[in-house]
Amino acid sequence: MSKRIEIKDLNVYYGNFLAVEGVSMVMEPRTVTAFIGPSGCGKSTLIRTLNRMHEVIPGARVDGEVLVDGNDLYGAGVDPVKVRREVGMVFQRPNPFPTMSIRENVLAGVKLNNTRMSKSDADDLVEKSLKGANLWKEVKDRLDKPGSGISGGQQQRLCIARAIAVQPEVILMDEPCSALDPISTLAIEDLIEELKEKYTIVIVTHNMQQASRVSDKTAFFNIAGTGMPGKLIEYNDTATIFSNPSVQATEDYVSGKFG
Amino acid sequence: MTQIATRPTENYYASNRLPSYAVGILLAVAFVLSWGAFSFLRPEGAEEGVNLPLVGVVTALVFGLLQYLTSLLVEGSRRAIDRTVTLMVVLAFVLAMIPLLSLLYTVVSLGAERFDYDFFNYSMRNVVGEGGGAAHAMAGTFIMTALATLISVPVGLLTSIYLVEYGSDNRLSRSITFFVDVMTGIPSIVAGLFAYSLFSLILGPGTRVGIAGAAALSVLMIPIVVRSSEEMLRLVPNELREASYALGVPKWLTIVKVVLPTALAGITTGVMLAIARVMGETAPLLIAAGFSNNFNFNPFSDRMQSLPNFVYYSYIAQGSVPEAYLDRAWAGALTLILIVMALNLGARLITNIFAPKYGR
Repeated sequence: MSKRIEIKDLNVYYGNFLAVEGVSMVMEPRTVTAFIGPSGCGKSTLIRTLNRMHEVIPGARVDGEVLVDGNDLYGAGVDPVKVRREVGMVFQRPNPFPTMSIRENVLAGVKLNNTRMSKSDADDLVEKSLKGANLWKEVKDRLDKPGSGISGGQQQRLCIARAIAVQPEVILMDEPCSALDPISTLAIEDLIEELKEKYTIVIVTHNMQQASRVSDKTAFFNIAGTGMPGKLIEYNDTATIFSNPSVQATEDYVSGKFG
Repeated sequence: MTQIATRPTENYYASNRLPSYAVGILLAVAFVLSWGAFSFLRPEGAEEGVNLPLVGVVTALVFGLLQYLTSLLVEGSRRAIDRTVTLMVVLAFVLAMIPLLSLLYTVVSLGAERFDYDFFNYSMRNVVGEGGGAAHAMAGTFIMTALATLISVPVGLLTSIYLVEYGSDNRLSRSITFFVDVMTGIPSIVAGLFAYSLFSLILGPGTRVGIAGAAALSVLMIPIVVRSSEEMLRLVPNELREASYALGVPKWLTIVKVVLPTALAGITTGVMLAIARVMGETAPLLIAAGFSNNFNFNPFSDRMQSLPNFVYYSYIAQGSVPEAYLDRAWAGALTLILIVMALNLGARLITNIFAPKYGR
């Protein structure tokens, strides 16, 4: 389990617009990497290229390489569906499927792919995934209630349970706490700490305290101005980024001088 | 020391208001005034009484004027205008309801005469005077509408799926949208002529069969189904599609298992409304499916009667006992209205049942 991600000289485009330019970085297995930076600097765009969700938007394309354990995600003949089964994603807003119950939501990745599964295996998977997402105790008595009927924080943890139920190698989180209250945020941060034992985690966040709390490494992105491409300014250990950054812009950003 | 003019208890934000009973009084005054005027103006010894609808119209006008003036004096100009515009909106609503209620009343009162057991159990075979029924027409309507639904729902739904999920605004999808819009505007008789000539080409000239009627109806139905399902599919949040992709679910399974179930309630409602819409079509069935007095359950041979045509023929070809034919026509119209109403209610019900639930 858990794989190494290597980004080599990646340019990300929306149509002709260059959104992110020249990113190269390496994320080691079983670490948490945080992407920070002002709005519009391409953090979300970049994270979406790591499981080929970027191309879901019409006109979006990429050049450069993203290697997961040495396999290029953008190589010839790569099936995005296969990539996404290994690289799971949690979105900014909780998005459980409204037509499904809590149990069905957890099993969505399996059921939607028409995989046959015995009821006891399914029950085990539901329990394991919900426990993995710290949600089991809260919902075990109402697994058949609609997934959209629980609170926002619970929904987000349900989405994490759904993502880990397909047993991915990597979990991408695009501002998973931005729609949540501090208590739910804490629950999710604790969860990230636990998930780190098994998965490679990449998280986009606007909350610098959160980045410093949960991540091992931090990448700071910035843009020179509107309409300009976002760039990776600095990528280092989280402690270094927050205490002793080597670039002035990073220091200004993490100390709150701008952004 | 001069006395302060305003009372200290007065609220700065409050102003004079007309009491609620004032509206009733003004309405009564307006009615009495206009009634009185009409009675007074009525020529001595005139045969008709006072024209009530006219009194109603004049009452509304007088009431509007009285209310405006009173409100202007008591409450000020903003409230006076507010009251007048509110009155106009209410009058517009009443005006819109009058034809509807009048139509319902007429159809129910005249249709009730023959809305009986025989009407639902007999055809018009060998009936020249009283008796007989529209069972054959109802059967025909149900068979042809069901076939039309069977043809147009798959075609329409798949078209809208292409437009929303695969088209991405390319040339093909834009031209499909354009031609669907054109199809929406096709006069229904043209659809009938199309189906008639199509089946004439295949089965020989002069062919009038139920399936041709169904084909004509589906020409009218497809654009409605495409349009309504397209709207419903576009309402499905992109987040759900992305959530599904991120779980490694292929696109087609995402559409079948996430997008369609989420939009199911809306799609079903759209289909039901489309059915209700084509069920009342007369002209295309007249041309493509013809007219018959007999039961015919086989849509692939012989002419097939439908309810709208039953009504039309009962009126246009009144036999030896015109009364009986007219009564049957009204009963047919009433049945058709009831069926369409039942379909609309069914659509509401289905929306409630299939809609995604958000309860705890």
